[in-house]
Order: sequence, then structure tokens, then C-alpha cells
Amino acid sequence: MIELSGIERIYEVGASPVRALKGVNLTIHRGDYVSIMGPSGSGKSTLLHILGCLDRPTAGSYRLDGRETADLPEVELSRVRGHQIGFVFQFFHLVPRLTASRNIELPMVFAGVPVDERRERAGRALEVVGLTARADHRPDQLSGGEQQRVAIARAIVMDPSVLLADEPTGNLDSRSGGEIVQLIEGMNARGLTLIVVTHDPVIGGRARRWVRLADGNVVEDKVPDESPARPVGPLKAS
Amino acid sequence: MSGRDFLGLAWQSIWFHRQRSLLTVLGILIGIASVILLTSIGEGTRHYVLSEFTQFGTTLAAVNPGRIQTTGLPGALGITIHPLTLGDAEVLRRIPGVANVVPVVVGTAPIEHAGRTRNTFVYGVSAAVPEVWRMRVRGGRFLPEMDLRRGAPLAVIGPKVRRELFGEENCLGGHLRIAGQRFQVIGLMEPKGQFLGFDIDDSVYIPVMEAARMFNRDDLHEIDVLIANASLIDPVVKRIRSVLTERHGGEEDFTITTQTGMLDSLDRIIRIVSLAVAGIGAISLLVGAIGILTMMWISVNERTSEIGLARALGATPRQILLLFLAEAAMLSGLGGMLGLATGMGLAQALRLYAPGLPVQTPLQFVLLALAVSLGVGLLSGLLPARRAARLDPVLALAAE
Repeated sequence: MIELSGIERIYEVGASPVRALKGVNLTIHRGDYVSIMGPSGSGKSTLLHILGCLDRPTAGSYRLDGRETADLPEVELSRVRGHQIGFVFQFFHLVPRLTASRNIELPMVFAGVPVDERRERAGRALEVVGLTARADHRPDQLSGGEQQRVAIARAIVMDPSVLLADEPTGNLDSRSGGEIVQLIEGMNARGLTLIVVTHDPVIGGRARRWVRLADGNVVEDKVPDESPARPVGPLKAS
Repeated sequence: MSGRDFLGLAWQSIWFHRQRSLLTVLGILIGIASVILLTSIGEGTRHYVLSEFTQFGTTLAAVNPGRIQTTGLPGALGITIHPLTLGDAEVLRRIPGVANVVPVVVGTAPIEHAGRTRNTFVYGVSAAVPEVWRMRVRGGRFLPEMDLRRGAPLAVIGPKVRRELFGEENCLGGHLRIAGQRFQVIGLMEPKGQFLGFDIDDSVYIPVMEAARMFNRDDLHEIDVLIANASLIDPVVKRIRSVLTERHGGEEDFTITTQTGMLDSLDRIIRIVSLAVAGIGAISLLVGAIGILTMMWISVNERTSEIGLARALGATPRQILLLFLAEAAMLSGLGGMLGLATGMGLAQALRLYAPGLPVQTPLQFVLLALAVSLGVGLLSGLLPARRAARLDPVLALAAE
């Protein structure tokens, strides 16, 4: 469970401070599917970084699974990122010199998981994303959609409590984008909290709960009346 | 995260950029190779020179007439140099701690046997030569103990003289003429080879009095004193100095050279040269270290987004630091090993090409070279690695 209250983030840029977030309150329950939308500059990236413990709020409280993270030391924050949060990025962020399965092993390497267990868990994650046959391929031998699947496998291999997806389809054609969305929605259906940050209303509109940011504030937070249709098949690119 | 994981990830990165990695380690490679090659030659030379000198024993002191230092004015005001005499030799023999002495008169003279003549070195010495000069008699015997002031027409010859004059014929009991005088050969020396290019085997030994008469001298070229053991060298040399000074009317008009003193200064000179050579090598190592520093710096810049990703996946700043340190240390350790192989290979090739050149690579140099290259790597990796560890994950992730 994620509980944000009074989150502010102020950047010191030159002489005048920039207030990227101006007191955000947000509670996201386990298993929820939330989209965070808003134009660029609205503060959604900053919110994503704070949710992912990559950045600390200037003020306010962020409780993740009941634990306050705002004042954790850097080493503990790294642990939280490694164990409780899975990231999926727009540009995949795979290490080019490592094979798919070695890329998936990375978070387990940093967490100190023994080699044998690493191999086994990476294998299972590859199975989940349907890429067992590509285990020994390097990123440059994979298509964009396949690369994003590897990234998703890497994000879930530590069994996190929340999956943060930052424009997960932004760099894919609509067909692979649709497949990726289906993949992570399937994981959400099995209980994984899913937060998708996007400026694409088609992608964002699929979530069960919509959070809209503008100018550092939450301007809309609603559960649409009727659950949006879940069409199986290609999505329209925005 | 285990050490194996750090090394594994570091190796993957080095191997991925293998051409660039090879170029980067070239500096370390050349540095270590040159240090190893040059110190191998230096160390070999040191051993060669030392063994050349110690073949005569380390407790040997030589007394020569005259001072090496220049004091006072030359000519009328200069000090009188008293010659070294057989009397001096006899007195030195009686100093406690002196095992034996050899008075030496040396010159060249024609040696003649069965119509063949050879000009060679003639040493007027005493019976103590085998003991004092550590030489062995192969056949017959050395000159007998006798009064130094009495001569006897007896000669001991070196193996080369025997070969040249007697050939395969038995020389013992035979006769030869030295400067026209008839001598009986009573002994043949063991081959001893060359000493700094001078052929020891091409010599003839006769009683010192015979040589003095032959070369028309009544003084000695040298008195060699064998001291009973190494711990006595200093007190005995002191005693020799005071006894001789007294006998020479209060003038120290002679020079005492000890083997240890000579060896010490030789050793010192060669070590200084080796050190200078190693210093040059150290400069090339420094250049190599800067190469690694530059490469790692570029690498951190190139991989900024990768570092951000690692942080997002749970890597701590310390893990990032160690990753880059491991990579730098591995790079230069690799350079060190390749340099070691190159240096030792070149040293061996040199030995094949010039067998006379003494080449030797002591194990501690090898270990030192490896330790130094690893240390250089860690030091040059420190700055870039710290930079990597301190990157802000958000900014790093955003980097392209």
C-alpha cells in the first residue's frame, strides 16, 4: 500500500526555486491499477521518481507498505528499490552487453541472490513474458517489444509490491505496445499493483483509476463509472 | 553481491570493449614489461659481478703500496712511499685472526718447453695460494711451504699453459724454462676460467723469491691476507693498518682493499643503476595509470544511464563504486600480467640471442610488478568510480 501525504518537491534551479509538486496526497491500495496522466511539466515524472524512491520529497510523507521512506538512508532506499519496486522504462534500459537472462538477473545480483537461484528465477520470469527462446540473445538481437518484455521480466523477478511503468509503450509500435499493456495488465490481474505514468490518454484510460496532474497538483482522481473495455488486440497509437 | 559477481560484471564490460580495453592497458603493459626486462638485466648483471668477485672468497684483503687518495703536494713535499717487503708479509702473517698471507710479485715472461714458447703471466707467490685464493690443484701439488726468502726452481702451471706447451703429454715432473731459467713442474691447477675477461688459467706460479730475482725487484706488488672469518674483517684490517704504518715510519703509504668493501660498493652502484631504471619504468607506469583514469572517466560518462538503471534496480552507491574499481583493477592487472609475460619473454629471447648476457627475474620482482599494477589500477579507478557512485539516480537515468 502506498500512502503519500503532503508531498512537495522543490528544485533549486538557478536563483528561483521550482516547485514541481505542491502537496500531493495519494493513497494506492494493493492490487490497484492507476494511471498518472498529465502534460509534460505537470510533475508526473517527479511523482514517479518519488514513488520509485529514486528521489526524495522536499516535504511530506511517503509510506510504502506501512514504512516511512522519506527519511531512510541511501543504502536502505536502494534496498527498497531492489526489493519492493519494479521499474519499466520507455527506453527499456537493458544493458547492451548482457544477454536477456543476464539482464533479468541484475537486480538479483545487487540483492545478493545466489547464482543457482538467480538462473532459476530468471528462467521463470522469461517464461512469464514468453521469451524463453530468447534467453541468450543480447538486446541488439531483440525487437523493441521483446526488449520491453525482458525489461518487464527484470522488473518482476524480485517479486515487488508495485510495478512502475513510465511510458511503457512510448517507444513501440501499436501492436507491440498492445501486447506489452496486456502483459502488465495480466500481472495486475494476478495481484501486482500497477502504476502507469503516461501522457497517452488511450493507455492511461485503460486503468481502473485515473490520476491527473497539472502544475504540481492532483487535479483529477477518479474511478471511471464503468470499467473501461479491455479490448484484446492492437491499441491505437496516440 | 559476491566478489565473483563484481569481477564477472567487470570482465563482461572489459570484454565487450576488448579493443579499447587492450589499447587502455597498453601503457601498463609497456611499463611493467620494461621494468621487468631492465631489472632482469640489472639483477642478472649484479649476480654475475658478485659471483665473479666472490670466487676468491669474501674474507680476502689486499694490501698494495701507495695511497689512492691524493694528499699534499707532489714532488719534494710528497710523502715517501715505502715498498711492501717480505718482512711486511711475515709480520702480517703473525697478526691474530689472519689465516694466511700470499706475497705477490707478478710479471710476464716467456715460458719455453720443447721448442715452444708462450708469453704469459708469472706469479711469484707462497704455498698459501690454494687456501687464500680458493684455487685447487688438479695434479701434483702446489709450491711447498718454505722460507719466503729462499727460492727453489719449482713451478705450478695453469691448465691453459699446460695445453699450449705440453699438449697431451704428462707435464708433472717435466721441465720448462721461464725467462731462460730452468724450472721443474710439480703441479697443475684446476681450470678456473676467466675473471672479468682475464684468463686465470693462463698463468705460472713460482716461489716469490724466484720471481723477485727474475723481475729484478726487491719489493712486492701486493700482499693478499686471508682473514679467518668475516666477523674479524674490521679488527684485523685495523690491526694491519696500524702495524704497517708503524713499520713504514708512521706513514700510511699503502692501501688495504677488502673484498667485502669492494663488493659493497659494487653492489651499491648496480643497485642505484637498477633503481634509476626502475624509476624510468615507474614513469611509464604513471602514464599507463593516467590512460586507465581517462578511459574509466569516459566509461563512467558513457554508462551514466546504465549507472542510473543499476541504482533503480537496487544497487547501492558502494556497489557502484566497487564495480568500477573492480573494472579498473582488472584492466591494469591484465596489463600487468601481459606486461610481465612480455618482459620475461623478451628477457628469455635476449638470453637466446646473447647467451653471455646474464638475465634473471627474481620472483619478488614478479610479485611486486603484479601488486604495483593492481595498485595503480585501484588508484586510477578511484576518482571515476567515486564519480559514478555519487551520481544522482534520477539524473543518471535521464542521461542518454
